[in-house]
This record gives sequence, C-alpha cells and structure tokens, in this order.
Amino acid sequence: MQHLLEIVGINKSFGSVQVLKTCSMTVAAKETVVVIGPSGSGKSTLLRSINLLEPVDSGDIFFAGENITRERKRAHLLRRQIGMVFQNFELFAHLSAAANVMLAPVKILGMSRADAHDVAVELLRKVQIPEKADAFPDELSGGQQQRVAIARALAMRPKLMLYDEPTSALDPEMIREVLDVMANLSAEGMTSIVVTHEMGFARRAADRIVFMESGEIIESAPSEQFFAGTVNERSRRFLDQILH
Amino acid sequence: MSVELVLQYLVSPSFVRGAGMTLLLTVTSLFFGIVIGLALALIQESRTRTGQIVTLAYLWLFRGTPVLFQVIFIYNVLPSFGIKLSAFVCAVLALSLNEGAYMAEILRSGLQAVKKGQRTAGLALGMTGGQMMRHVVIPQAARIVLPPIGNQMIGMLKLSALVSVIAVEELLLVANQTASADFRYFEALTAAGIYYLAMTTAFMGLQIIIETVFDPKRRQRMRRVSLVERMLRTSQSFAIR
Repeated sequence: MQHLLEIVGINKSFGSVQVLKTCSMTVAAKETVVVIGPSGSGKSTLLRSINLLEPVDSGDIFFAGENITRERKRAHLLRRQIGMVFQNFELFAHLSAAANVMLAPVKILGMSRADAHDVAVELLRKVQIPEKADAFPDELSGGQQQRVAIARALAMRPKLMLYDEPTSALDPEMIREVLDVMANLSAEGMTSIVVTHEMGFARRAADRIVFMESGEIIESAPSEQFFAGTVNERSRRFLDQILH
Repeated sequence: MSVELVLQYLVSPSFVRGAGMTLLLTVTSLFFGIVIGLALALIQESRTRTGQIVTLAYLWLFRGTPVLFQVIFIYNVLPSFGIKLSAFVCAVLALSLNEGAYMAEILRSGLQAVKKGQRTAGLALGMTGGQMMRHVVIPQAARIVLPPIGNQMIGMLKLSALVSVIAVEELLLVANQTASADFRYFEALTAAGIYYLAMTTAFMGLQIIIETVFDPKRRQRMRRVSLVERMLRTSQSFAIR
C-alpha cells in the first residue's frame, strides 16, 4: 500500500530535553492512526513536526512520496494539504463560524466569497451545526467550536487531518459530538492522525494504535491486536492505568 | 463677558485658520506617529537583538524627555547642522517622533494580546507569515488598540498647543495673541476652548464609528442606535455584551 506519510527516525530536542527519540511511523492513505501515551511523551510535538510547525533536528518526513523535512520556505504550501485541529479550538475570534471556514479558501486559494460560502454551509452541515453559521466563537459551546474548527480545516480539502487532543478541553457531555464527527470522517476515508486519551474513540475509529512514552514510539499495532491484549509490557501498564 | 464677541472670534478668519492648523497638526502627526509606531512594534515583534536595542533606545529617548523639549530642540538645533525646516515641519516632526514611541507600545500590546494559538491556527491552514498577520492578527489587534488610540488622538489635539512656542499659528497662539491685543482674555480663550471641545467631540464620535467598523458583532446589532447613545454606552446591547 502506498504510504501517504512516512516518518523516518526523527529527533527533536527543546534545550537539553529530547522530546522525540528516533521516531518512525507510517500512515497509509485512508488510515486512521490514534496516538496515545502519557502527558509529555512527545505526542503533540510529533504531530506538530508533521506539518512543519516544529522543525525536527534530524530524520526525515515524507508526505505523498516527497521529502518535506527541510522545506522551510514552502512549508505554507505543504500545510494547505494537511488540516490541523487544536486542543483549544483556536477559532478566529473576530469571525463568525461561516467566516472562519471561508477565510482560508478565500484568502489563500482565491475562491470567490459566494463559492466559499457554499463550501462553508456544506461543511457546517457535515459537522452538524449549519444553524450556527452566523454565530461568533464566544457564542458557541466548546463542542460546537471544535466542530467548526474541523470544518475550517476541511475547507482546504486536506489529504491528511491532524487532531491534537481535540476533546481534552471539552466538558464530558460535549466530547461525544466531536468524536462522532471525527469517526464519520474516518469512516469516509479521511486519513487521520489523532492524539487523544479517548480509548473509546480509539477502539471505534482507529485502524492502528501508536503508543508513545518519553519521546519514543514504543509500539505501533493494528487496533484489534492492540486491544486484544497482545501488547508490549509498557503499553499494557499505560492501558491498565487509564482504564483505571 | 460678551457672547457676541465670542461668536465674532469663533468666525474670525484668524481663529478659523488657527483651528484648521491645530487640526492639520494633529492629523498629520497622528498619521506619522502611527506609521512610526507600527514600524517599531513590528521590529520588536521580530525579536532580533538589534531590533530590540533600536526600539528600546527610541522609546527611552522619546518617552524620557518632555515633548516641549523635543519641539524646541528640533526647531533650534537642526538648523545648526544645516537642516532648515519650516516651523510647521519641525512641529509635525517632533510630535510624530514622540507619538511614535507611545503608539509603538500600544500597538505592541495589541499584537501580543492575540494569542500564539491563533497565529499557529493561521499557519496550519497554510497562510504565509504575512497573510497570517493581515487576516488573523491585525484584525484582532485593531479592536484591542482602538480605545487607547482614541485616547492618543485626543491627547495629540491638546499636545499640538505646545508648538505655539515655535510660532506655529495654531489655535492657542491665535487666541493668546488676540486676547493680548484686545485685552479680552475671557472671550478669546472661551472661543478657543469651544473649538477644542468641538474637535475632541468629533474625535470621540469618530472613535466610536471606527470601533463599530472593526467589531463585526456590534456592526450587526448596533445599526439603529444613535451616536449619542453609543457615546454614553447606555443602550441594552452594550450591557449584555
């Protein structure tokens, strides 16, 4: 199978702390990979290094067959193909929900406002809040904001979606609505990498589970196999902890 | 006090010219002050060592000395270096340089108030640094800096009176000269005071209009509220915001 993303032995240090230690992984097209692991294990840094928000010290990252690791100057072009969703939503506070979704297509791709509006309406319907198109971020619940943020990322028609703890800042009753949207996208074949602590989502939507600890990828296994219990000793300990 | 004389002063060519000069000084100096301030704020944002030193030195110099000193200094010292500028240009130069220092701080605080995550979100969508600044950071920073800039507008109008010391024929100088010529201090100064208040009132109105333009939410909901009511901030929509 052709790999959409291939990470080969990347290292990254912040000062004297090495946050990524020779990490390697591959993601096939249409695959959903869930990355789990304790806080501070380097999951977010791994995600941010994929769309070059965090330059790596060494190693290589291939996206759609191309080595993108040192594409500093063309980073913005690359990021147009990779959608990202953040823990704190980061909707643009000065724009309505629809305008948040329209901004990138209009300003970056030069799409007409009318066309972009159609796209926004359609995407907001997809994330199940078409009625909030004119609402501003501070008028939306966390779950609604995160769904708009997903729509905003989808507006650029990305080949890959990165979710950085998308439900960690949400009240429990809103987690479901966001995970449902993500699971639907995965089922439709959107290639995704999801950093999360939601094991229910991992079970439901993941094709593969990657377990990280202290900057290392300890294990990368098909979802069924991972949850069936044939797992590495360290991942098992982590699973035992979070499943109480 | 003669009300009639006050009215006469108000419409006299010298007062009208004086008020016009005050307005011109204010608007020009504000414009260049904002340009200088924006340049300084962006230099500071870039976080290069030289940039930090340059802006710090600038702020230290222009915030650390009185404006009146700067006006007199520029007017009297530049000619000895062979730079001969008109009193008006000297006045605008001094006021702009001084204003730039304060604007830089206001604009910097506005830029910094837009959180890092918003910038990251812009970049993650594929924006260039410039696009991110233009479409994400500046629109949000603008709303934050408008109230303090409104303050500066009004402050500048009053500061412009200082340049009377280098004989720029602005409102206060005209009023003072008229008063001493006619021995009618009360009437002449009242006329000048009325002009100042009229101009500051206009600035306040302008500030509210600009704030409304930059606040899409308010623009949607405040269309039918009068300017006076908006100045007083008494309407319901303000209360629930």
